[in-house]
Amino acid sequence: MNFKHKYFFLFPGLFVLIGILIFPIIFVVRLSLSGWNSYNPGLDYIGLENYIRLFTDDPRFWESFFRLSFLSVTTVILQYVIGFALAHMVWKDIKFKRFFRVLFLVPMMTTPVIMTVIWRTFFHESLGPVNDLLSVFGVAPKWLTDPVIAKFTVIIVEVWQWTPFMFLLLLAGLLSLPKEPFLAAAIDGASPVRKFIYVTFPLMAPISIGAIIIRLIEASKIMDTVYVLTSGGPGTSTETSSFYIFIKGLREFQMGYAASMSFTYLIIMIISLTIIAKVLTKVLLKE
Amino acid sequence: MNKLYIFLKYFFIVVWTVFVVAPFLWALTTSFKDFQSVNGGVTYIPWFDFEPNLEGWKVLIKSPAKGGVDIIEPYFNSMFVTCTASLISIILGTLSAYALSRYTFKAGFVKNNDITFFFISQRIMPPIVLSIPFFLFLSSINLLDSLTGLIVVYIVLLMPIAVWIMVDFFNKVPREIDETALIDGCNPYQAFLKVVLPNSIPGLIVAGMFCIIFGWIDFFFAFILTFTEVQLLPVKIVALNSSVTPWWSLSASALVSVAPLIIVAFVVERYLSKGNLSGAIK
Repeated sequence: MNFKHKYFFLFPGLFVLIGILIFPIIFVVRLSLSGWNSYNPGLDYIGLENYIRLFTDDPRFWESFFRLSFLSVTTVILQYVIGFALAHMVWKDIKFKRFFRVLFLVPMMTTPVIMTVIWRTFFHESLGPVNDLLSVFGVAPKWLTDPVIAKFTVIIVEVWQWTPFMFLLLLAGLLSLPKEPFLAAAIDGASPVRKFIYVTFPLMAPISIGAIIIRLIEASKIMDTVYVLTSGGPGTSTETSSFYIFIKGLREFQMGYAASMSFTYLIIMIISLTIIAKVLTKVLLKE
Repeated sequence: MNKLYIFLKYFFIVVWTVFVVAPFLWALTTSFKDFQSVNGGVTYIPWFDFEPNLEGWKVLIKSPAKGGVDIIEPYFNSMFVTCTASLISIILGTLSAYALSRYTFKAGFVKNNDITFFFISQRIMPPIVLSIPFFLFLSSINLLDSLTGLIVVYIVLLMPIAVWIMVDFFNKVPREIDETALIDGCNPYQAFLKVVLPNSIPGLIVAGMFCIIFGWIDFFFAFILTFTEVQLLPVKIVALNSSVTPWWSLSASALVSVAPLIIVAFVVERYLSKGNLSGAIK
């Protein structure tokens, strides 16, 4: 095939992407070395001051980061388990298969923040249906204003919203599996549980890794749900990294400091996702 | 054993179905309520618990001066931005994906897989990292608070998805068909347009749907990069939520806003069952 044509196919997309991205990324790095804030907007040079402040004098950033890790890992594990169970259930013939498949996909098609607006009324402490039904048992959890429970409210909403995505990826995987191993297992008379442990699960391992990584990447961006549901509150108990950077950068206009945080955050994300991907590959594929 | 399994299976499906449907049902009933049935204790069943009325739905078409919620313009803005950005991403992404699937690239240690990874890895980028420079950048060229500015940003969000899905799809389209076309005297562009593309329509539809989903549901960039001149739907609804909008009109506008993409669920399911999505994830 001709040599030159390939560049005409590749370059428009590649250059548009690089063109849009290169300036912001260089700019974030440069901005992080400046003291840009609302009193003093401008690209002065203050060296590593922002980074020193971040690493020695800002526990709130690290707390929000650990909170984010907790929230994203918990939600992704829940989504994986539930999503796999659901996908496995509607994989083979059941009644109303297509109805359930569509229904289980619906939440991911809805805009998270708009559904969160509904969830807010749903979990309302005196006027919402959840506490109304729970009042039968004489309990009335403070879904949105208790520092511990609010985290679980965020998890519930995230699981509702994004389990469908996991379900979609895993069902697509299940539908693409070869038939022969299952025939062999059926001939051997394997029970459903054994069939799952020895045939389905190992065959699904590479797909599982892919799905978990994709969801972890997306889950690490949790921010808009939190913003609408609790605004990071009560106090800072549901604040995630993105949300904290947002407050510093675009509310308090400490652009320089926010840039240093977002650059640090990006690096941590890349490193931790790479490690998680490696570990998952090792554990699930038993390499 | 088998009966227990089947029982558990249906039990779980029913529980999950209730969980999925609950917020929609709640919003639907709430949208027909009035002040008394929202604030005077929780009510569930129309006609039995409360007398339904259409007030919540009427405000959707009223002008803001008469107490309407004014979501029609944000609706069209959202559609315009999502569709334009998706279209550009699909066109550019498909071309790049085709190149990455059919030709070999090598520049130093950078090979095809690295370029593909570069495209896809843009999804790792936390939106907040880009939002601050975009905010300053767009304000310096006067594109802050404009549809054009948002479209540019959304291309970054959506092109990785298009490339990801299309590379896998092209890898499954047999190479022989482009080679035959080339032997028959097409140039590479004709071969791509007349032979490869028509054979890739399922892939294009899947990629298009995912671009539309992820464009339509984005809130963060629209929230940071627009204020008053243009408003996208999610931003509008959240603004309604933080003002004193009553629950019934809030629920009605929320339902109207999430409705169009539910149709997409049917299309996704069709392609899923046909096996057209399987390649994308591996």
